Amino acid sequence: MENFPLEEQPMKKSLFKRLHDQIFYQSMIWPAVILMILFNFIPMYGLIIAFKDYTVLDTIGGAPWVGLSYFKEFFKDPLFWSVMKNTVGIAFWKLLIGFPGAIILAILINEVANAHFKKFVQTISYLPHFLSWVILGGMVITWLSDSGFINSLLMDLNLISKPIEFMADTHKYWGIAVLSDFWKEVGWGTILYLASMTAIDPSLYEAAKMDGATKFQQVIHITIPGIRQMISLNLILSIGGLLGSNLDQTLVLQNSLNYSSSEVLNSYVYKMGIKQGNFSYATAVGIFVSIISLLLVLLSRWGTRKISDKSVF
Amino acid sequence: MRKTKEEKVFNIINLVFMVFFTVIIAFPLINIVALSFNDPMDALKGGIFLWPRKFTFESYRTVLENHAIYLAFAVSIGKTIVGVLLHTFITAITAYALTREDLIGRKFFEVMGILTMFVSGGMIPTFLVYKSYGLLNNFWVYILPVLFSFYDVIIMMNFFRGIPRSLEESAEIDGATPFVIFAKIIIPLSLPVIATIALYHGVYQWNDYMTANIYVNNEKLFPLQQLLFKIVSENLSPTVATGTAVVRDTTSQSMQLATMVITTIPVVAVYPFLQKYFVSGLTLGAVKE
Repeated sequence: MENFPLEEQPMKKSLFKRLHDQIFYQSMIWPAVILMILFNFIPMYGLIIAFKDYTVLDTIGGAPWVGLSYFKEFFKDPLFWSVMKNTVGIAFWKLLIGFPGAIILAILINEVANAHFKKFVQTISYLPHFLSWVILGGMVITWLSDSGFINSLLMDLNLISKPIEFMADTHKYWGIAVLSDFWKEVGWGTILYLASMTAIDPSLYEAAKMDGATKFQQVIHITIPGIRQMISLNLILSIGGLLGSNLDQTLVLQNSLNYSSSEVLNSYVYKMGIKQGNFSYATAVGIFVSIISLLLVLLSRWGTRKISDKSVF
Repeated sequence: MRKTKEEKVFNIINLVFMVFFTVIIAFPLINIVALSFNDPMDALKGGIFLWPRKFTFESYRTVLENHAIYLAFAVSIGKTIVGVLLHTFITAITAYALTREDLIGRKFFEVMGILTMFVSGGMIPTFLVYKSYGLLNNFWVYILPVLFSFYDVIIMMNFFRGIPRSLEESAEIDGATPFVIFAKIIIPLSLPVIATIALYHGVYQWNDYMTANIYVNNEKLFPLQQLLFKIVSENLSPTVATGTAVVRDTTSQSMQLATMVITTIPVVAVYPFLQKYFVSGLTLGAVKE
């Protein structure tokens, strides 16, 4: 076989001949195509069961159509709305604390002058991201238990006289979910900001200092505009993921006592579908979540484009 | 340039804050390790912070005497190694093919890939379809569905595009076959990006418990994380009678802590290597202007 660079070959050759010439490259792409069809596209076809009355005895294609009846069913279900409230509430607080938290932390880390200490802070702060939620969930439950260090600390400081039952209190679950997620991810969230801060021209800061700008003014007028693109990209991604509540986290931290404030859409779909076998109902809820998420992405994309005049996609 | 007074004050406050922040992250982790080495009954009295009060290896001994954990360890290691090898291989060949400008159907394949990033069948349809493939209670459910990831393909493509075309062209003139060019020129030059993809997928495989939780109920196929999930979630049993207290079995609490520490060791062990590729892994994949 001849091995001339492919692009120098005349275009007049037949499709078959050209396919034959690039058989090596074609054979590299086909495994991925087959994987995509089997594991991505055929499951997408499975979404139609939301509009069908599917039971374990049916095939996806063969089940009878029922239209929107499952969508109507969950809209009328009071449990669905309490799940919705938990999902939006927890996600809202995660966004409200986590999003600015990562930006502020990145700015502060960036200001650390000593390179070794900076590296040390980064090393420590990224570590929790690599712990699985099973591990972290087990840790959170241990920290918050009667004999855990948080209760011990509060008792040593005489702030409480008997241990607080953190995991059994419905009023504390949101806080536990939000703060444990913040603790795990805030350090990791700084990486992209720190990377884009290195691209800011240092002479801008020099010039600002000449003109007598304070640190705070430098941050507002140089650092933040310098990472604006990254901020809007992250905002779009976070808002798009608002309803895609963290199933890993929920299943570990949830128990029968905090259930009423810990059940979120994903865990609801998991229980309804996988555990109880209401496949069509659970799929309908899943589709509803996807549509709302898509609308949120489009909305936030439109919003950030208004602000920064530049699309991030 | 001289530092102003305002800058000095800021630097000191920032330094104090950074120390406080690292303590907030590190302290709870050290607390877990300390607890896992403490006598379980004694630990119930509380008040253990950074160092065990009654030091013992007992919890670790009990865990390591349990045969289930060895099997789970083997499953975890197996799925991590097989998963990493196959995932990295598929990512590399797919990305290389897609960097050929004249690949027939390239645009079509790319649109397919982008679709997989934004649309999915969701949990239930995916479950039913995988079930029909016979993937329930099957080791390959850990491997096959995540073999292909278009995010990772984009990261590799961006790296491959940075390799000068002239290297390949001169090899072609010397009569090297496409296979030789890929295996002897492209791959050796791409070790940093291959390491990035491999390490991230390795951590994913090691940490993932949801796949086992959804698709596997045969305990012999449980990876370590799923075994731990079962211990954590079943251990926390509310006493219905009193209705308030969450009671935990003391011995299993200490075993749980020891298992958690053991499970985390491999991740901490590869952490320095991961760190080398943090930024490259993320920024290579970031959306291009």
